[in-house]
Amino acid sequence: MADMTAPETPRAPAHQGDTTLGHIAYVLRDNPVTLLAFAMLAFFLGCAVFGPALVPYDPLATHAARALEAPSWDHWFGTDNLGRDVFSRVIVATRLDLTISVAAVALSFALGSVLGSIAGYWGGWLDAVLNRCLDTIMAFPLFVLAMGVVAALGNTVENIIYATAIINIPFYARLVRAEVNIRRHAGFAQAAKLAGNSDLRVLAVHIFPNALPPMMVQVSLNLGWAILNAAGLSFIGLGVRPPTPEWGIMVAEGANFIVSGEWWLALFPGLWLMLAVFTFNLLGDGLRDIVDPRKRT
Amino acid sequence: MSPRAKMILGRVAQAIPVILGVVVISFVLTRALPGDPAAYFAGPAADAESIAEIREALGLDKPLLQQFFYYVGDLARGELGTSLTTGQTVLADLAARLPASLELTLVALLLSCAIAIPLGVLAATRPGTWVDHLCRVLVTAGVSMPTFFTGIVLIYVFYYLTGLAPSPLGRLDFIYLSPPHVTGFYLIDAAVAGDFETWFGALKQLILPATTLALFTLAPIARMTRAAMLSALSSDFIRTARAAGLGSRKVLYGYAFRNALLPVVTTLGMVFSFTLGANVLVEKVFAWPGIGSYAVEALVVSDYAAVQGFVLAMALLFVVLNLIIDIAYALIDPRIGLN
Repeated sequence: MADMTAPETPRAPAHQGDTTLGHIAYVLRDNPVTLLAFAMLAFFLGCAVFGPALVPYDPLATHAARALEAPSWDHWFGTDNLGRDVFSRVIVATRLDLTISVAAVALSFALGSVLGSIAGYWGGWLDAVLNRCLDTIMAFPLFVLAMGVVAALGNTVENIIYATAIINIPFYARLVRAEVNIRRHAGFAQAAKLAGNSDLRVLAVHIFPNALPPMMVQVSLNLGWAILNAAGLSFIGLGVRPPTPEWGIMVAEGANFIVSGEWWLALFPGLWLMLAVFTFNLLGDGLRDIVDPRKRT
Repeated sequence: MSPRAKMILGRVAQAIPVILGVVVISFVLTRALPGDPAAYFAGPAADAESIAEIREALGLDKPLLQQFFYYVGDLARGELGTSLTTGQTVLADLAARLPASLELTLVALLLSCAIAIPLGVLAATRPGTWVDHLCRVLVTAGVSMPTFFTGIVLIYVFYYLTGLAPSPLGRLDFIYLSPPHVTGFYLIDAAVAGDFETWFGALKQLILPATTLALFTLAPIARMTRAAMLSALSSDFIRTARAAGLGSRKVLYGYAFRNALLPVVTTLGMVFSFTLGANVLVEKVFAWPGIGSYAVEALVVSDYAAVQGFVLAMALLFVVLNLIIDIAYALIDPRIGLN
């Protein structure tokens, strides 16, 4: 009960002041966890951009004399069975993992927006056909479908991106379809139409932007999920190939050493993967609070 | 009753195009697999002529559309083809391995429901307190955990460090004989046979993989329970029940919880989909002889029929499960079918 009524009272003055920035500042003050999420996002982006230039060792350089060393001052995260520095590999992998997930989410965002807008605006048989297609995709356990797609298209990083994009399209298409559908006969849309705008322009410029706030929440939650998905695929041997540093494949390689006690091989890449996904999930929750306070869960 | 029956029939009819789509997608996906199964099947010593012969025998020289109709015809007769690696029919392989996967999945789901639902209810009845924050952190952390990583951490802690768990290799340690086959679920079979030593042996092997999967499914269930309880608790009928002087226990469990359960049941369908996907990873980590590890092995050698059978079986399982959930939903909820 308190959760349902509390946001109403203190939020009112924030709305009267400067609107968006004031509201965001208010939500961040109210919710330090979201602030933390933004800080962690900045950290991961920093790793992705500057990581390869800053790491102390070459992530591919082997050094047989120093194989399987536990974490030390020389090697913060220890070394793997070929003597490669785990810390350097974990940091360098950030760029690849983030690229895969961002590219996949961008693809499904774009495709989902177009398909959902068309189905939501024109409706009719287009809508029915699209819905059946989406139902079919959703009828598969999504990770299993991604496995099938990567196996079918071939074992490359691009195909991991396509597979992840395909399994995410339904979420975006449905969201956009619903948002567009409820507004297609709204007053502002009809006014824009009467003012002489074409259907396409009304849809793209007047109606579609309304779907963006909930889409941003979806994007953030989806990014974390896309990283998990890509790492899972490379864990079972699809997609990224060794010796490329990537979190999923590093965990898979480290798994062979866990039963003999060399925990650092699998722990650090796994931990980094988890932190990255955690960041995007927290961010998604935080964005939802900013975009729609009543949907807080 | 009539509109409700019509609704259920409509829901069944809706599933038919989906099943058709599933069949088409699984066919297209596996025919696009790289590698030539005829060459694989003929072995490394085969010449071009014997490969062509085998291709003809497998029907791989026909046009795709014709292959598809053959495929549908075979499906209608319950034939999924023969696995190139095991030499068994895919249907027999899947049937032999499905109980292992189902046992793992069901135990994991039961475990996570037993933890997540009470946690969600507690968080919803005490919003803003530490229970609520704990729930939020747990839920976000749980959904961020890669299942394969959780599994490896659990193996390290409970097998390598403390030695509490048996070695993570399969369903039963080699010192036990597998129980006589009744259902294929070792826990049930061993109990039926009255062999409690084996029962404990199977349980010990099951605990770690089931916990791994349960940690993964905890998050969506707890989140949905909390949200559904919050919206139920803030609705008018709860206010009325409170105003009428009903005890808080009666209001909470008799009214709010029963109403909140409906969306939770719907979520379970989606959670089941995640679990089937995560199963593949967990089975690989724990060398669990289920259909997930079967599919991974088949993918490596591009064994068409096995992969096709696996993808199809998973999708059909999921479609049927969703159908059952929706029908159960229609039967439970008195509001559905009236308007």
